[in-house]
Amino acid sequence: MAELSFPKKPYPTRGGVHAPHNKNTAHKQSVEMPVPKTVVLPMTQHIGAPCAPIVKVGDTVDVGQCIAKSDAFVSAPIHASVSGTVKKIDKITMPGGNRVDAIFIESDGEQRVSPDVKPPEVNNLSDLISAVRESGLVGLGGAGFPTAVKLSIPPDKNVDTMIVNVAECEPYITSDHREALENGWDIISGIMTVKEFLDIHRVIIGIENNKPDAIKALREIADSSVDIGDEIRVLPLKATYPHGAEKILIKACTGREVPMGGLPSDAGCLVMNVASIAFISRYLKTGMPLVSRRLTVDGSAIKDPTNVIVPIGTPIKEVIEFVGGYQEEPKKILMGGPMMGVALPNDELYIMKQNNAILAFGEKEARLAEPSACIRCGKCVSACPMRLLPLELCNASDRRDEDALNRLNAMNCMECGCCSFTCPAKRHLVQTIREGKAFLIQKKREQDAQNKGGKK
Amino acid sequence: MENKLYVSSSPHFRSNNSTRRIMLDVIIALLPTSVAACVIFGFRSAVLIAVCVATCVLLEYVSRKIMKRDTTIGDLSAVVTGLLLALNLPVDINPLIAMFGCLIAIVVVKQMFGGIGMNFVNPALAARIVLLVSFPSAMMHWVTVPGQPQGAMIDATTSATPLAAKAGTYSYIDLLIGRCGGSIGEVCAIALILGGIYLVIRRVISPIIPCVYLATAALMSLAFGLDPLYQILAGGLLLGAIFMATDYTTSPVTNWGKVVYAIGCGVLTMLLRTYSNMPEGVSFSILLMNILVPHIERLTAPRTLGFVKKAKGEKK
Repeated sequence: MAELSFPKKPYPTRGGVHAPHNKNTAHKQSVEMPVPKTVVLPMTQHIGAPCAPIVKVGDTVDVGQCIAKSDAFVSAPIHASVSGTVKKIDKITMPGGNRVDAIFIESDGEQRVSPDVKPPEVNNLSDLISAVRESGLVGLGGAGFPTAVKLSIPPDKNVDTMIVNVAECEPYITSDHREALENGWDIISGIMTVKEFLDIHRVIIGIENNKPDAIKALREIADSSVDIGDEIRVLPLKATYPHGAEKILIKACTGREVPMGGLPSDAGCLVMNVASIAFISRYLKTGMPLVSRRLTVDGSAIKDPTNVIVPIGTPIKEVIEFVGGYQEEPKKILMGGPMMGVALPNDELYIMKQNNAILAFGEKEARLAEPSACIRCGKCVSACPMRLLPLELCNASDRRDEDALNRLNAMNCMECGCCSFTCPAKRHLVQTIREGKAFLIQKKREQDAQNKGGKK
Repeated sequence: MENKLYVSSSPHFRSNNSTRRIMLDVIIALLPTSVAACVIFGFRSAVLIAVCVATCVLLEYVSRKIMKRDTTIGDLSAVVTGLLLALNLPVDINPLIAMFGCLIAIVVVKQMFGGIGMNFVNPALAARIVLLVSFPSAMMHWVTVPGQPQGAMIDATTSATPLAAKAGTYSYIDLLIGRCGGSIGEVCAIALILGGIYLVIRRVISPIIPCVYLATAALMSLAFGLDPLYQILAGGLLLGAIFMATDYTTSPVTNWGKVVYAIGCGVLTMLLRTYSNMPEGVSFSILLMNILVPHIERLTAPRTLGFVKKAKGEKK
């Protein structure tokens, strides 16, 4: 194979939109939030199998103690983020509407650290993977994919490049930006560990060029003498949404395309969120599992937008009160960014592991635009980073036309929302395509069930 | 929490584009041409434009009401159609004929097919062609304007359009500033080009269609031994390439589709200009290519990121 080289400038990518950045919190030091009275930890804070509680009501728990786990491969254990007593285990409604079990812990305010918390011994790759699994780490960028699974690269895949995702293309969110500024050395030491055990010799830190201070800070460390073989480099990217999307980031950093339906490892890449990689290095040093995280609290309805470091399971309401509360009546509260985040039915939910932002907006921003007829201007086609035809997909979804959806590669849509963002007729393009995708998945399931039945 | 929150599917932000803003940009882009028409052909062009715009808006309103649908005159698309139709007519046309054209454009071509975005041919162009076939003498009655080389008498003399005129009648300068016969909106090339530049800068249209259309026409002219620059500046080619062929609804959304479509328009235009009985072929070419758009789009669908061609015989 040809010698791996570092790109001097990003490879060309198609589409994307210039969403307003609104990075109001980029220059503010993160603030640590005091321990809340109660934390609530739902059993699904990751993609994969839900955990089952291993503590009972009335048990006393310490910070960092494992309270729920699962034997499934794709899963991540959950740890107590406060010391205190398990009050109840009850079902709560998640933002998506599904009901899951959650452990309610009443804090005693002592923050006693569990005796289980000690630095893991890591001598080889499988040690690293099991340590990461024990830490409960999931992708902190928002998707929540268990990191241990990501690191377990199948032997037939030749992964030669690690990409560290600091693109942070969603408007408002600056938690990764602050991570890069405040914890630069953790990031580099995390990278060094992972690349050593995975035998990767090219690490590209992809970061949008609207964060010059973070680029400078990371470059100073990446270009210092710690990076002996000069295998880590920072690559400033264009600041257009969605450069932080995995497939687009891989294209911009390496010029490679992840095959449709494939994973980054099919393109020889491992993509890690910057906060995840920094966490790995801290975990290896301290053994403290994922019990707190940094998130951005912002939006027009928030009085004093700030990045806060909060114990996982803290009620959203308390986080918002901690930054000064609302300055106007909130009409929309989002978990995540405005382009891909989930709108919450109320502020009575809890911070989860993969939660990188809480945004609250007033009436003006929250009001829904009224869609009108498609004028076939083609703006969605030029905005689609996956080079799909959103207007056609939208029509096919409305017709529930399976053949057309497949022909138009509906499943390759990553739901970044560029099409809906740019549409002058305010059509609900990605929203409709989502329905089409769900329809295809359902059809496929039915077909699989039928095939199985036929074989009997 | 007492108050109710909006819960909707992402994205939660929208750009400030709107259909109305786009149509407004098209109207702004047509302003130089409209002003030029009034200067060159006098007050009657202003009346003609006003009649067409008013009729189109009224018909759009009435037909939507009759069909019990939401009013859409607010998106300004009817204004654009009326304006474009007026700019495609000779100045001394009977206003009743012009109004009949508006009826064809708005009611028959646009609303009967479902309104904005659903028409399969350009409404203004279809109306122009219906009028051309129904009222050929009125539609090809080109008056001369004072100061023009041919008829310096009064402004009621008929004259040939540059395409029908003998070679050497008009200079490039005449064509650029509109010192020639023709529809009120097609004669002044400078005004049309200005409008086109505005649309490209405002990102309302992609430059692909006009550029490829004009380039194809120029190449074909060379092949036929005609003067390419004269062919581009004369007749309705600029108006067609910049404002008619780029109509969103009736042109392809894919970039390669735009190229294919524009080449088709260019080739047909020059074939019609050279071999047909009529001096002009822009309207018919664009209309024909409009009809082919769904097929062109299907053949030029972009390759999605990560698309892998399945090997032969391989089944998923």
